[in-house]
Amino acid sequence: MKNKWLISFLVVSMLVFLAGCGKSSSGTSGGESSVLNGGAGDKATELSYWTFVELHGQHFEKMLEKWNAANPDRQIKLNVTVMPYDDMHNKLSIAVQTGVGAPDIADIELGKFPDFLAGEPQLEPLNDVAEPFKGTVVQSQLDLYAKEGKIYGLSTHVGATVAFYNTEILDEAGVDYKSIVTWDDFKKAGIQVYEKTGKYMGTADTSAIWQASLLLAQQESDLTDADGKPQVNSPEMVRAMTMLKDLQDNNVISTIAGGQPDTEEAYGEYNSGNYAAAFMPLWQMSRYTNYMKDLSGKISIAPLPVLEKGMHRSYGGGGTGTVVTKTAKDIQLAKDFIAYAKLSLDANIEIWNTLGFDPINMSVWDMKEVTHNPENQFVKYFVNNPFDVLNEIKEEINLIKSTSASPTINNVLCTVTLNEIFEDGKDVQQALDDAQTQIEQELK
Amino acid sequence: MIKNFLYSQKVAPYVFVLPFVLVFIIFWVYPLLSSFGMSFQKVTLGQEASFIGADNYTKLMGDTIFFKAVRNSAVYMILTLLILIPFPMLFAVLINSKAMWGREFFKSSFFFPALTSVVVAGTIFRLMFGEMEGSLINSLLGVFGVEPVKFLKGQTTGFVALVALASWRWMGVNMLYFLYGLKNIPDDYYEAASIDGASAFQRFTRITIPLLKPTTIYVLTISIYAGLAMFIESMMLWNGNNSPKNIGLTIVGYLYRQGIEKNNLGYAAAVGIVLLIITMVINLTQLALSGMFKKEEE
Repeated sequence: MKNKWLISFLVVSMLVFLAGCGKSSSGTSGGESSVLNGGAGDKATELSYWTFVELHGQHFEKMLEKWNAANPDRQIKLNVTVMPYDDMHNKLSIAVQTGVGAPDIADIELGKFPDFLAGEPQLEPLNDVAEPFKGTVVQSQLDLYAKEGKIYGLSTHVGATVAFYNTEILDEAGVDYKSIVTWDDFKKAGIQVYEKTGKYMGTADTSAIWQASLLLAQQESDLTDADGKPQVNSPEMVRAMTMLKDLQDNNVISTIAGGQPDTEEAYGEYNSGNYAAAFMPLWQMSRYTNYMKDLSGKISIAPLPVLEKGMHRSYGGGGTGTVVTKTAKDIQLAKDFIAYAKLSLDANIEIWNTLGFDPINMSVWDMKEVTHNPENQFVKYFVNNPFDVLNEIKEEINLIKSTSASPTINNVLCTVTLNEIFEDGKDVQQALDDAQTQIEQELK
Repeated sequence: MIKNFLYSQKVAPYVFVLPFVLVFIIFWVYPLLSSFGMSFQKVTLGQEASFIGADNYTKLMGDTIFFKAVRNSAVYMILTLLILIPFPMLFAVLINSKAMWGREFFKSSFFFPALTSVVVAGTIFRLMFGEMEGSLINSLLGVFGVEPVKFLKGQTTGFVALVALASWRWMGVNMLYFLYGLKNIPDDYYEAASIDGASAFQRFTRITIPLLKPTTIYVLTISIYAGLAMFIESMMLWNGNNSPKNIGLTIVGYLYRQGIEKNNLGYAAAVGIVLLIITMVINLTQLALSGMFKKEEE
């Protein structure tokens, strides 16, 4: 009798186990999935969309409602799957190259984009749907995701990098962020902040290259040379890293859990008021409103400090290209929809409203009723209006190229080099020379 | 005809082993041969593969990150062997002893971690070994006045976390193997030994350990393989395959990085073949030394 129960128990547990396996392998791709209806009728085409940023789904949800209302005969249901960054890019890469299991639409991050353009891109060219919007959006943002004249991804934002200051901490230390123009000013202010409050002014990033990139952009330099070859031990890079190392030695900046401001651990550190400043692309705003709610009303936005007065005060950091895969169910529909959802004027206004990104249609930057809408969550959260700063630095937004060497450069700097410099105190020149050797070896 | 075939004493055994042979050929021999072939090619998904001779292997020999991965895997394997063989054996003997109270409770609680998913366990250990003051381990250290440690950013401290995770997870499984081995030792031997005046320690070293040898060899063999092939634990602990300065990179992690992340499947296949060779050499040596290949004597 006892045995019978045991056997039934085992059988049931086996079935549960098998059912569990069956479910996970049946196509949810392991991420969190949800189907957006957007008021679509029964005849709507269901398209699948992969992203690595949960917030991007919210924007698509809004644009989907508008699209379905405007195109009753071409309605869409969007099946959104959110996956972690590495995971999504790995899965997408395998899926598009094997031609099996890829979604119709996907977000690809700028740093990973060159991997998808290698060889014969398995993505649909978007020139025909982007053409009508030429002239209204920043051309360099269209070129960013193009190869040999064909556009493969539609950009989300300019990503103008700015400084985010916690005014509460700065007031306590008696520092006025408006007087910070150069990195020397920043250093003086930082020493004062550390002496008065015991808090660090900023972070020494070990797992991202925002800081390295913005300092290179200020010097009109780049991580790769004109031919796209890596040059991570250039004099400009050495100057940048030496300056950051000096800031670290003076307790102005310090390494942070998570390795950079845009990580879950770091949100917590910032939210508890342990760091007074972050130098991040403008999209970091959405991280503040979503993950650092305690700082509401305390964060000011300002142009970046520069090495020497007169240098350009910003660079376009990060970015996401939305693509249509070659295996998409209805290629034309997917293309028309993403052009509508990313490039139209409406879309650009919503990208600011929902996501708090700096839209690539720059005429939005001048629409006071949109940018200064007192009901907007970002306008409410921040001390000053981000567009006042953006319009001030409009002409100073440099770019760092994304080439086929970029993913490798990024990987070596973020896993090895930056850790060696800021965690182990390795000599800057030596660390960068080693990085250059390593990158060249890997690219062979 | 069919009946004859099925009832034939000659054919039946082959029919019974057929499923295993098929599985072995389809899921083991074929992939092995195919990856051996791939290791001499440049393979990029979606494109025609091209034969490049031993280029992948020569590149591998000059690849410092690969050697870092091999070193990490080897150190991890040795540490897990040092912890995950003696301690489970000891616990198994304790739990098997009649004097022990709450045996079933300890048995199940030791085994429990093996039932949790590595993903969950890895995430929890990552938070426990976080570098912030408030993380579990650092707040415990804080009680003793120790400054917060950046566990997952240093080689030694990173391995402390990694081995802690492995020990927590696999202790119970290895213990069950040993318990099973202990059940097969007849009580008579112990009785006879006690009558002859053997102490508890003598009974352990003279009866338990020798008679547990087949179990020990089995556990050793699978632990060597598991140690060298470890990947998910590291991936979960560092929240991705890219640990700072590659302190948590393992051979399989490197295979994954080259094959999946960098779409260089030929090179990844070469890494896999090298891993196979290392594992085979170590295990065959170990099995030969422990006399597993000798014919049954007597």
